Amino acid sequence: MSWLTPTLQDLLLEAFWETLIMVGVSALIAVVCGLPLALLLHATGPGGLSARPWLNRPLGLLVNAVRSTPFIILMVAIIPFTRLVAGTSIGTGAAIVPLALAATAFLVRLFENALREVDPGVVEAARAMGATRLQIVWKVLVPEALPGLIAAVTVALVSLVGFSAIAGAVGGGGLGDLGIRFGYQRFMPEVMATVVIILILLVQGLQSLGDWLVRRLSRR
Amino acid sequence: MRDLAEPLAAAPAVALAGLRKRFAAGGAVALDDVSLQVGAGEIFGIVGRSGAGKSTLIRCVNLLERPDEGQITVLGQDLLALDESGLRQARRGIGMVFQHFNLHHRRTVAENVAFPLEIAGLPRADRARRVAELLPLVGLEAKRDAYPAQLSGGQKQRVGIARALASGPRLLLCDEATSALDPETTAEILALIRDLRDRLALTVLLITHEMGVVRSICDRVAVMEAGRVVEAGRVIDVFTMPHTLVTRRFVAEAVGDAVPRAALARLPAPAAGLQRRVLRVLFRGPHATRPIIGEVASRHGIALNILAGRIDAIGGEPFGVMVLSADATAATLEEAIAWMRGLGLTVEELAA
Repeated sequence: MSWLTPTLQDLLLEAFWETLIMVGVSALIAVVCGLPLALLLHATGPGGLSARPWLNRPLGLLVNAVRSTPFIILMVAIIPFTRLVAGTSIGTGAAIVPLALAATAFLVRLFENALREVDPGVVEAARAMGATRLQIVWKVLVPEALPGLIAAVTVALVSLVGFSAIAGAVGGGGLGDLGIRFGYQRFMPEVMATVVIILILLVQGLQSLGDWLVRRLSRR
Repeated sequence: MRDLAEPLAAAPAVALAGLRKRFAAGGAVALDDVSLQVGAGEIFGIVGRSGAGKSTLIRCVNLLERPDEGQITVLGQDLLALDESGLRQARRGIGMVFQHFNLHHRRTVAENVAFPLEIAGLPRADRARRVAELLPLVGLEAKRDAYPAQLSGGQKQRVGIARALASGPRLLLCDEATSALDPETTAEILALIRDLRDRLALTVLLITHEMGVVRSICDRVAVMEAGRVVEAGRVIDVFTMPHTLVTRRFVAEAVGDAVPRAALARLPAPAAGLQRRVLRVLFRGPHATRPIIGEVASRHGIALNILAGRIDAIGGEPFGVMVLSADATAATLEEAIAWMRGLGLTVEELAA
């Protein structure tokens, strides 16, 4: 382990921290923005709680447009927007902007699928009992879909770890950036291997945590 | 059509008038001018094959489905005249039980039963008190903290019933409430519904595709086909004197008086000079206990074979239905039929 100098240790720790910040903050933004959007799409969809095709279609189209743009292109394409929000286009803070955007679009669809899995009979029963639309959303749809929503967040977190490495490579910092700069450009395969192992452990940990939560919550 | 226009003693709990509903423009008609009245305190059944429109009809009673035309009066309220919040309020007075129970998977039994109260904004303590009253009513005190996945079908439906009754409705809608259950459990759930009707003075409107359900708990029944009510009346009347082919088929399933073709084919041919007729004889009331068949055989000298039959009671009124093959001369047969009709029996000739 002679290659693991104190400087490199510090760098690894810092990179790990940057990755966590990028993934964590963008996931948080994606959940906060994605859930209302998914509920809106679900409710305004055909046969939804209040079907509104004029709202549903453009919204769905927008989400798909963001989702179908490769992340690396999306990141470059929205640089002006990133500058506007973050004040800069380089660094961990700036990387969060495109990451959050991509993750939101990704999560909206996954959330929508989870909501669609809710037994429509339960919604009908709530309607028959005189529930308001908001009550149906917060007391039926969201709680019943919760295991599916958590599973969706898990998938999004894992994807975000991958995206964050791409963001890192173009100046966002984090483990991906470290791997490229030291492992690849300075021919330090040990650093590359360490980065890869940390990423694998991180993804594995997130997945296990998500699976455990889903199991605990499903009650099936 | 009997009974439909017949005024009910008390104000009806449900009055539907001229309901029409078509799903897609130009598509199949789900409801075609349906009118009926459900008296307060009665158990009214709507029977029909799948696609007959019964499901749409029951959903109109709490406006889960809106008719294109017609009038819906439930517990004295014109539902179509209500605004959204008025409708929500009205729905809280109408309980509904579903074929697939429609329970919240992530709520316990007690939490499921409390759900309508939660929606109505009842404080937690009041909800708990009400749930503690409701669970014994359906025999589920021991399961209060179980999740639906841990319950049997019959238990799930008991939860569904307790939930439907939570807000103290006067009308209970049952949408194929026993169709997902085995026969034994079906009988239990039906007994429970009847018992609750008696104890809580409920009105029950149920839809089913099983005539057996109608036979065991309904007071009156309407038969639907292709979006129309083709026949309606007291269950005993509809069972013993079905007017339409659809009803006849439903009744045959439940009563077992379909002509057994195989048995008929195995009978030896009638003796020379004699005719064979297949008769459906219906006894009601006091006749159900009199040995009329024996009398016909001995008095008129007719060779009788019983092909099918059942003696039963609906709503405490005994009745018997028998399908007979009778071999005799034409004159003797006419005489015997006339004699039986003279006693007040209903005799029909069926195609042999």
